[in-house]
Amino acid sequence: MQPTSHAFKQNAKRAMVDTPLQESLRRLETGFTAARQAAADGLPEFEDLRDEARGIKNHVLEHLDLYLERFESRVTEKGGQVHWCETPRDARNAILEICRKVGARTVTKGKSMVAEEIALNPFLEENGIEPVETDLGEYIIQLADEPPSHIIGPAVHKTKDQVSDLFHEHHQKYGKTERIEEPEALVAEAREILRQKYFDADVGITGANFLIAETGSTVIVTNEGNGDLTQMLPRIHIVVASLEKIVPTLEDVSTILRVLARSATGQEMSVYTTFSTGPKRPEDLDGPDEFHVVLLDNGRSEMLGTELQELLRCIRCGACMNHCPVYHAVGGHTYGWVYPGPIGAALDPHLIGLEEARHLPNASTFCGRCEEVCPMRIPLPKIMRHWREQAFEHHVSPSPERFAIRLWAAIAKRPMLYHLGTRIAMAVLGRLGRRRGRFASLPLAGGWTGGRDLPAPEGRTFQAMWAARGGRTGR
Amino acid sequence: MSEPKRVGLFVTCLVDLFRPSVGFAAVRLLEAAGCEVTVPSVQTCCGQPAYNSGDSADTRDIARGVVRAFRDFDYVVAPSGSCAGMIVKHYPELFRDDPAMAAEAEELAGRTHELVSFLTDVCGVTSVPGKYDGTVTYHDSCSGLRELKVKQQPRALLATVDGLDLRELPGAETCCGFGGTFCVKYADVSVEIVGRKSADIRASGADALLAGDMGCLLNMAGRLKREGSDIEVRHVAEVLAGMLNQPAIGDGQS
Repeated sequence: MQPTSHAFKQNAKRAMVDTPLQESLRRLETGFTAARQAAADGLPEFEDLRDEARGIKNHVLEHLDLYLERFESRVTEKGGQVHWCETPRDARNAILEICRKVGARTVTKGKSMVAEEIALNPFLEENGIEPVETDLGEYIIQLADEPPSHIIGPAVHKTKDQVSDLFHEHHQKYGKTERIEEPEALVAEAREILRQKYFDADVGITGANFLIAETGSTVIVTNEGNGDLTQMLPRIHIVVASLEKIVPTLEDVSTILRVLARSATGQEMSVYTTFSTGPKRPEDLDGPDEFHVVLLDNGRSEMLGTELQELLRCIRCGACMNHCPVYHAVGGHTYGWVYPGPIGAALDPHLIGLEEARHLPNASTFCGRCEEVCPMRIPLPKIMRHWREQAFEHHVSPSPERFAIRLWAAIAKRPMLYHLGTRIAMAVLGRLGRRRGRFASLPLAGGWTGGRDLPAPEGRTFQAMWAARGGRTGR
Repeated sequence: MSEPKRVGLFVTCLVDLFRPSVGFAAVRLLEAAGCEVTVPSVQTCCGQPAYNSGDSADTRDIARGVVRAFRDFDYVVAPSGSCAGMIVKHYPELFRDDPAMAAEAEELAGRTHELVSFLTDVCGVTSVPGKYDGTVTYHDSCSGLRELKVKQQPRALLATVDGLDLRELPGAETCCGFGGTFCVKYADVSVEIVGRKSADIRASGADALLAGDMGCLLNMAGRLKREGSDIEVRHVAEVLAGMLNQPAIGDGQS
């Protein structure tokens, strides 16, 4: 997708007056935060599991080459094939080539953020292949021609009414002319239509939550079972995954799974956890004839050994955005690219460039709640601060902002100047504001006073009063 | 009787400039807890505006000044979880490439505290001078809560204030949208967030809102006043110290 991150402020303005979106965001905020809290409280060893999960990923990141090579050799032994792809273009081409070899016209897709990252759907369409999203949320936004607004709930911004409208509009061609509203009926209609697509598809593409070096397996977690049908029914199964999804063993996966769903939706486990190992064997009843893993780097190996390495622990649970006050206010589309919320604010500048993504790491209050709930304990605010430093250093930050900060810093470094300047300024402001106790507007403070008053200062500074009454100043 | 604890008060720039009463309330509470309070006159700001804007060179200069100013005290106490958190959590990080300064910053971090948690956790305070006739609610400011684990301490002391009825704020741990420079850089988003906070504050039914950080207090008071609310907004230290002469934050002389 073409990023609109540079327009964060305009995007935010639109989002904040979008009533259905705001309704959805309210539901998300109350629903997900309460569910995660209950799940965390219900498991006494939850905090220890987080530490263990972090340890597993840290270990992998120190030995990524080793585990990736082991994964590839296991996949090959089982009859599958790994395609190493440095760029999104490489990954798209690898997928297209596999599709072309079997003359694919239709591919079904399980939910995959990496497929979004490489903008797979428009590419397949340009090449005459129809991609059909089978995750209900992805299916809804595919109909709406929108990108996902949340990494685990792609259509979390849509209300039930909007879904009714979309189905009514797009399902006419299947003879569904009645507008339905009941959630169960909506799900049943989508299921009925998708069912045929599974049989029509030549290729099924899924993402992966984990790649297991020990066995060469790929793992997806879903709540709908769509992933299983996507990868079992077509002749070809393509897994598209970024390389940091690797974990050493099945045992490690079971540890991380215990924090994944709890952090994401508050479930103990997702409804389906599916392991795929190679193509169908002679004794298997089901399964694809071919099994491909398209392994994407897209700048991730450059993150190793840098401030950004810790981001590679991310298991895409979405807890950071579920708990982010900014995400709650503006929703996922405002961030303007594939990964929204705190993880996007920390990751997107690397993937799409700091110039384009400049607002994202800045549009955070640094409240720290994302880090508090991140199952992998990724220091998201610290990484956002890293980007702010980069932006400041390379003059990506706007000049008026830089000027104001440098001016304040110059004063803060000179106590005499600080005392003199602040005494005069506070005396003036204090006098002007004494009667009402606040300002409804003030020159240069429009940002503040647009939606709130500015409380007036008392008039004298504490330090002046302290000195006047002879308090100890240590000098 | 043992030697009094020598405390350097880090006033914080927002208290210094906007609400000196909080500084005096802090002094009263510290003195009541048996501390000898000094306010070094070379202090200005902890450096967060620069730090959070990515200006780490200026931040380091400011931090060096703070380290120097507060060398000679047993403890450094700030009526703010945010500024104390800056010194405790971020100063050592700032000097990670400068071992000598890092050691000094670590040492300072080890004796720096947020006011209310200092009173309870270090001084063992279990009663305070304040009296208050009314219902209050309390907002947990993010830095104090998450960087310094300030949560039960203010509630414990508020529970000892005569006449005070504490009602929990729904979403007390949700950010108020201040975020330092965020509140002006992304003013629309900040206002949206504080609007939700003010709705929660009103829903609590309390007559007064308390918190431990001036930034959050100015933000929430500013929003409540804009909405025409007569809920009083004060720093928790004012209530604990019983210093309520000054009109509440954002209220005029009546």
